[in-house]
Amino acid sequence: MAPISWHSVDLTLDECIKCNICTSHCPVSAVTDLFPGPKYVGPQAQRFRESGQPRSPDHSVDYCSGCRVCNEVCPTGVRIAELNARARAQIVAEKGLPLRNRLLGRNELLGKLGSLAPALANFGLHNSFSRLVAEKVMGIARKAPLPTWSTSGTFRDWLKRTRDRRLKSNKKVVYFHGCATMYYEPFIGKAAVVVLEHNGYEVIVPEQNCCGLPLLSNGEFDAARNYHRNNVGRLAGYARAGLPIVGTSTSCTLTLKEEAPELLDYHDEPATTLKLGTYDIFEWLRELYEVGELRTDFQPLPLKLPYHAPCQQRAHRIGKPALELMALIPELELAESHARCCGIAGTYGYKVEKYQIAMDVGAELFEFVKAQGQDVRYTACDSETCRWQLEHGTALPSRHPIEILAAAYGLYDLERREVVAGKR
Amino acid sequence: MKRMSTDVLVIGGGSTGAGVAWDAALRGLRVILVEKRDLTHGTTGRYHGLLHSGGRYAVKDPQSAIECIEENRILRRTHAHCIEDTGGFFVVTPEDEGDYPDRFKAACAKVGIPCEEIPLKEAFRREPLLNPRISRVFEVPDGSADSFLATHVTAQAARQAGAQILIYHEVIDLLTEGSDGDRRVVGARVCDVVHGEEVRIDAAITVNAGGAWAGKIAAMAGVPVNVIPGKGVMVAVNHRLVNTVINRCKMPADGDILVPVHTVAIIGTTDERVSDPEMLTIEPWEVDLMLREGDKLVPGLSRSRILRAWAGVRPLYQEGYTGESRDATRALALLDHRQRDGVSGFLTITGGKWTTFRLMAEKTVDKVCEQLGVERPCLTATTPVPGAEQGHYWLGHRLHEVEEARLQGDLICECELVTRAMVEQAVANNPTVTLDDLRRDVRLGMGPCQGGFCTFRAAGILHQLRLHAQEAPPQTEVDGGLPWNVAYLQSPRHSVQAKPAALNPKVSPLDNPNLLLRDFLQERWRGLTPVLWGRQLKQERLNELIYLTIMNVDHLPEDGEASPLTEFWRFDAVAGAKEDGR
Repeated sequence: MAPISWHSVDLTLDECIKCNICTSHCPVSAVTDLFPGPKYVGPQAQRFRESGQPRSPDHSVDYCSGCRVCNEVCPTGVRIAELNARARAQIVAEKGLPLRNRLLGRNELLGKLGSLAPALANFGLHNSFSRLVAEKVMGIARKAPLPTWSTSGTFRDWLKRTRDRRLKSNKKVVYFHGCATMYYEPFIGKAAVVVLEHNGYEVIVPEQNCCGLPLLSNGEFDAARNYHRNNVGRLAGYARAGLPIVGTSTSCTLTLKEEAPELLDYHDEPATTLKLGTYDIFEWLRELYEVGELRTDFQPLPLKLPYHAPCQQRAHRIGKPALELMALIPELELAESHARCCGIAGTYGYKVEKYQIAMDVGAELFEFVKAQGQDVRYTACDSETCRWQLEHGTALPSRHPIEILAAAYGLYDLERREVVAGKR
Repeated sequence: MKRMSTDVLVIGGGSTGAGVAWDAALRGLRVILVEKRDLTHGTTGRYHGLLHSGGRYAVKDPQSAIECIEENRILRRTHAHCIEDTGGFFVVTPEDEGDYPDRFKAACAKVGIPCEEIPLKEAFRREPLLNPRISRVFEVPDGSADSFLATHVTAQAARQAGAQILIYHEVIDLLTEGSDGDRRVVGARVCDVVHGEEVRIDAAITVNAGGAWAGKIAAMAGVPVNVIPGKGVMVAVNHRLVNTVINRCKMPADGDILVPVHTVAIIGTTDERVSDPEMLTIEPWEVDLMLREGDKLVPGLSRSRILRAWAGVRPLYQEGYTGESRDATRALALLDHRQRDGVSGFLTITGGKWTTFRLMAEKTVDKVCEQLGVERPCLTATTPVPGAEQGHYWLGHRLHEVEEARLQGDLICECELVTRAMVEQAVANNPTVTLDDLRRDVRLGMGPCQGGFCTFRAAGILHQLRLHAQEAPPQTEVDGGLPWNVAYLQSPRHSVQAKPAALNPKVSPLDNPNLLLRDFLQERWRGLTPVLWGRQLKQERLNELIYLTIMNVDHLPEDGEASPLTEFWRFDAVAGAKEDGR
């Protein structure tokens, strides 16, 4: 386990006044007795752990989904989710990790492999026989909403293909796409690029690694440290030069901003520069809007749209900028979800022993969507795994708010998830 | 008046008294131990928990050092589960004098304390928060000890060997026979303070193991014993900043030991000569000093969450000594009053350390046997107490058991992981008069919220048990019958198998749940007022809202009753009022 220092999130256990607010809000302990709640596994259990002790005393912390609702409601600032992640890492360091968690932690590698022959990979993964085998052999829940590989090339393929058409400008922004955009949903990246370009910004997409969050959530801290070191090396220079680094995946940007430095106790100058220079894309677009630099030439979008701000987005503590900007779109009727969590929590809901918990947690959100009526065609959410879970739980297609914005600019076909002709 | 008779009457239910009772009972003597409050209520329950390797005294007091290392080795076997094998460091900070470390190393070698200088890198790897300016680190076999549990199991072992342990029995007077020059102590008149009944105990030998109170006891027989009451203040931080005992490598002084015990780390201590062993008032300068010195070992300690401050009074003894208590010897002192004062049948055992309690008991009972004219060898060094087979305590012990047995839903004290079954078993196995007795038994209320969430729960449980006991009184005697098993008192998993508790029907404060509640809150509050800032202040504000605003506790009727604990927490208030008046 990472040794403690005075920077360690571990020390925030001292902030706990035992008030139980976290436990009463925890979406996981509300649906299962297997998780005793954030206070118990977090600041309370932490006093009974030490690095290098003969054996890890506890295991129920593994049922923490890492959704961070506890952090959100804690009145005194205990970093409960981070305490839990570090405790899990200690268990992993001691007891090793099942192959499943090793795989789920490596979505970059999976993305790369599948993208070699995406159609084949999709067929190989998404048939009921292999899902059954995956469940029996590896413990990946057969019904869990796994993504499909992009069959029209990766996001970077598209960038290369459209290189000549990309905007050159003195105003530049760096885009962190993350693994899901790269291999599964390149259209999210396309929508982001056309929105940024529409506002006069040249989009720089440097080489980048997985942010490391899936590894962090599964307790593989050493591997995550390597990823983060690479990302710091590749991106900190841009941040130092004053270029904003924006991302469409709220969990990737949260990892660069906060999770990796805190969980790994990684606080050198380049890492801190990157941390301070990273934005959720809507956080940054809202800043443009606030200084009057965001184009508001939106076309009416006559849709009823339930929007769920995912846990990882709320953990940024920036309000709900996507909601604020989508509210500028004429005729778009937004419904704001106050559900705590969709349940999936990254790779949590993929695990066979946690699938039902994830679905039970998500029920609150699924009910909310249902209550919006029959004429809802899409839901919206900033995080990829949450969108997949939303689709799984509601049978409605889900969109990233950047797709909504791109569509309102007239740059994007929301149904086919394509940049409209002339822009691609 | 109830009358009892015995071979050996032991006065004092601290580590030494329990040790004497155990040793004497193992040698086949009839033993009665009396303690005016709960076991470990005095100095034993207020010490920092260091199982000395002897390193601290190697240079200054080699005799104490030898006693410590020998006893350290023995207690690791006989009381294994009361001890955590943390190991200890002696660290040289920039302030520590030049040649002491080398003298220290040589002195350790001379008295036989294993002591190895370890590379700094290794020390910082094991203890990342240590002062980075530390220049040398020596490793010694220090440990940390649970003096509550150790004393309770020692008393249990004594009881299993036939001893009677009477708590809340205060000595009113020693019974003497004969005239000056040929007097003899033949027992004592004691008062059951809970029920107000007097008991006369006739004893062939009376052992005064009153600790800091030993002078007062001896005075009852007209014998002058000048115990030097050396008050030590300790401060606990909310979690273990270190997992190894950290000592400054210098002449023993104030605030130079940091001990990880259970879930906390304790910085100690001061050493102030006081007039009265019950004078436990804590001055701001004492807390300041502890924190300032603590920062020299672990920089930042003073800014971490401070949980509590308390004081204990050492029973130091040095014949004819009049100097500072810090410089008085830590060696044990066995006073044979026949030889010393011409009063036979009476021994006083004092001085020493917690670490040497077993040795103190051995020497005392050797003398008892000599005076009784019997020859029986001491067995305590080779007789493990019940529970020792569990092996050394480790920090994760309770959490591990709660997890394995899935007891999360049964927690009463969430901070220290005390289950309902542990509370009920403690009540069944140990005479329980106040909630503070439960604290010593199972660590109730000792964590971050300092009783905020467990006090009302525990008061409710005791009340419920009490009602149950009134409906179906247990058939057993007050101090007989029930298996007095405390070996697993601190073990959540073992306790779930305990049978439903029976309650001592004669114990009166239990009739009044309001009193139980108020007394315990006040007792906790007393240790919080000296450190009431920052994060603990936030906690207390929440506790205040719970108890004063929601529960209106300061207006609960208590029918003017008082318990032994009431007297204890009121002591400060009364002493403070006196000072204000001056």
